[in-house]
Amino acid sequence: MKRFLTLSALSFIILIGFSGIDKLFAQNYYITADTLYTMAGDPVIDGVVLVKNGKIERTGKASSIKKPKGYEELSAVVVTPGFIDAHSVVGLAGIYNQDADQDQLETSDPIQPELRAYDAYNAREDLVVFLRNLGITTVHTGHGPGALISGQTMIVKTTGETVDEAVIKPQHMVAMTLGSNLDSDFSKPGTRAKQVAMLRETFVKGQQHLQKTKDERKEKRDLKMEVIADLLEGKLSALVTVHKAQDIMTAIRLSEEFGFDLVLDGAAEAYTLLDEIKEAGVPVVVHPTMIRTYGDATHATLDNAAKLHKAGIPFYFQSGYEGYVPKTRVVTFEAAVAVANGLDRTAALKALTIQAAKFLGLAKSVGSLEKGKDADIVLYNGDPFEYTTNVEKVLINGKIVAEEGI
Amino acid sequence: MSLTMKHISVLLVLLLFSGLSALKAQTQAFTGAHIIPIDGEPIENGTLLIENGKISAIGTASEISVPDNANVTDLLGKVVMPGLVDSHSHIGNGSGGDRSSALHPEVRIYDAIDVRADAIKKARAGGITSVNVMPGSGHLMSGQTIYLKLRNANTVDEMLFVDDPTTEVFGGMKMANGTNSIRGTSGFPGTRAKSAAMVRELYLEAQQYRQQIIDADGDAEKMPKRDLRMEALVQVLNGQRIVHNHTHRHDDILTAIRLAKEFGYRMVLHHVSEGWKVAEEIAESGFPASIIVLDSPGGKMEAVDLMYKTGKVLEDAGVTVGYHTDDGITDSRVFLRSAAFGVRAGMSRKTALEAVTINNAKMMDIDDRTGTLTPGKDADFIVLSGDPLSVYTTIEQTWIEGNQVYDHTNPEHNKFMTGGMDVFRGDIVHTHHDH
Repeated sequence: MKRFLTLSALSFIILIGFSGIDKLFAQNYYITADTLYTMAGDPVIDGVVLVKNGKIERTGKASSIKKPKGYEELSAVVVTPGFIDAHSVVGLAGIYNQDADQDQLETSDPIQPELRAYDAYNAREDLVVFLRNLGITTVHTGHGPGALISGQTMIVKTTGETVDEAVIKPQHMVAMTLGSNLDSDFSKPGTRAKQVAMLRETFVKGQQHLQKTKDERKEKRDLKMEVIADLLEGKLSALVTVHKAQDIMTAIRLSEEFGFDLVLDGAAEAYTLLDEIKEAGVPVVVHPTMIRTYGDATHATLDNAAKLHKAGIPFYFQSGYEGYVPKTRVVTFEAAVAVANGLDRTAALKALTIQAAKFLGLAKSVGSLEKGKDADIVLYNGDPFEYTTNVEKVLINGKIVAEEGI
Repeated sequence: MSLTMKHISVLLVLLLFSGLSALKAQTQAFTGAHIIPIDGEPIENGTLLIENGKISAIGTASEISVPDNANVTDLLGKVVMPGLVDSHSHIGNGSGGDRSSALHPEVRIYDAIDVRADAIKKARAGGITSVNVMPGSGHLMSGQTIYLKLRNANTVDEMLFVDDPTTEVFGGMKMANGTNSIRGTSGFPGTRAKSAAMVRELYLEAQQYRQQIIDADGDAEKMPKRDLRMEALVQVLNGQRIVHNHTHRHDDILTAIRLAKEFGYRMVLHHVSEGWKVAEEIAESGFPASIIVLDSPGGKMEAVDLMYKTGKVLEDAGVTVGYHTDDGITDSRVFLRSAAFGVRAGMSRKTALEAVTINNAKMMDIDDRTGTLTPGKDADFIVLSGDPLSVYTTIEQTWIEGNQVYDHTNPEHNKFMTGGMDVFRGDIVHTHHDH
């Protein structure tokens, strides 16, 4: 009997050794920081974050919180919550930039709201790993600009080996584009006025779809109209990529005519319409600060985010979409350059964390280091915004997912 | 009509007031700054003296006495360093060879530069004072590049480093290998091996042409017929014109080195995305490397392994390293960012700053004129609000040969940093992206 017990204990230990102890017992962490940005209050000097079973257990001053037994200690100069990219295409758009890994835009039809990001997201995409290594832990990604309605977006954590392991929200917004950035493959629309006419037609059809009885809708399902109906009923919002002032106003006009929730995406000329955007109550996922100044974004400025902030308009950062290089941008770098051009530094940090979490409806789980939230934590050897600072470790759901130090 | 005495006396007065100062220019003194001369250790409370557009003295306040009549600018709390040198850019709306051939040695971007282009103003805002403007990479040889000093100019000739463009060499030769120049269309290669073969054929022809010149030994009768293509390549073979070779993948880098060694021309390797894989080989070749820093890898197959660490690995191997903007691939306004990313990946600060100044100047044969704050060199410098490698630092002033070409407090200048309504006109942006 004794021998049997010993053997059992031995095999148990061996099993643990082979199967990965992390699956049986999540590692708990005691993370100290010279400066801890919880984003739930002022930065804590000599702060500490306790991570237990993948969640934030507690934060505070290191002097008042002792390291519990069995917790592994990590330390860094600066610690922040994982950053949130409020609009990307990574996972649909891949690193190679070849037809085979570019799924962010389908050009068979300019209006395809039925396309789900969920069906196209590659959780193992190198660009996703790249962003994760730089401390981007939550990404609002999906169909890109280039079609009137290019499809849906989703929200993922930059972890997991399958879409199901990565996904937080499989369906989040409907991606739309107005202006001159529509793909040239489309035979129509060919003008701005035609763009709007086609969209209005679609929304009118959506209204008619909603007038049908539930049974009628069930009997003859319409994937396109189901999404448009969700948009018109406020279950989904429209993420409309626009840069020029007249296109920004068109997006606002359409949202008011049909009563859908609008998010302005890009909005290079937003600084010319601060009063109008504020009055419309529309948030802005502002273009990457270092966007190239050509095409519709010719009049882009480095201080657009600063001006939106001063005007009291909610704004968030995006990596956006690039047809060539850099195949993905990094919101940390874009925010940093916005700060260098007049944006309040704390406002920039908030836009990357707690404000973005609220915007995406995720404030209960991410965006700040508060008790009970997911332990998505980034450790840096300096100011996160400085070019020369390295990301030393990244934790998602309490697990170390990056420690290369880039 | 004869000059009256009155006319003559007016002339004399005019000469006294305006002419004399031009005859002996006033000394300009910049005092109090933290000066990073690049050719030596940083100087606290440094003084920089300028005469006739040249640096006349540099040192600590106690070492340098400022002449009484000097025009003094107090730069206490500021950082001064040489004007940035960009070894690879596409500012100025120029273009090189067309689609009629893969090899255009006779085509000069000199003939296509718009000196009033937005991007040139952006570059001044970014602290860039000297730049190698190149035709694109869609050809094995897309044409002759041009080395520009970004003076306020009305004509491209006023921006050159040479006095006589009809007799002097004032640029390099742009070459490319890898996928950009493999188009498979008429006149273009379809493979890497064919790319190399086409380049070798051309240089063989140039070698023969050069030999004919040597054999003529000054006898005009025996000289070969003028050939614009061959003349430019003879300059390459003679070492007067440096080849600037776009190359990403490690084996393409080695191919570029192989061809340069075979024909004995001088070359700078450009982009070198996979340079970190063949650092020893690059070091052994002796060729310098001008690196592009992109925020993320990819965008095309041959740039998938692009890393921030390339500069550090090449530095460690002993390669002369530069960074470039490839504007509009990266933006001239944030050129210093590239050096900072080198440091992020472990490069020394010293090398990182050399990589945006003197090392690039060496790659363009202009290191006797610019790239360090050395007495005798052109007074090309920038004034910064702080550490050149910090994102929070503002480029406040850009000076070329003692003339201020950018002042961030002047809205007419600063708008080319910040952007705004109708500031940029949507200039041609070089993206290599073929639809």
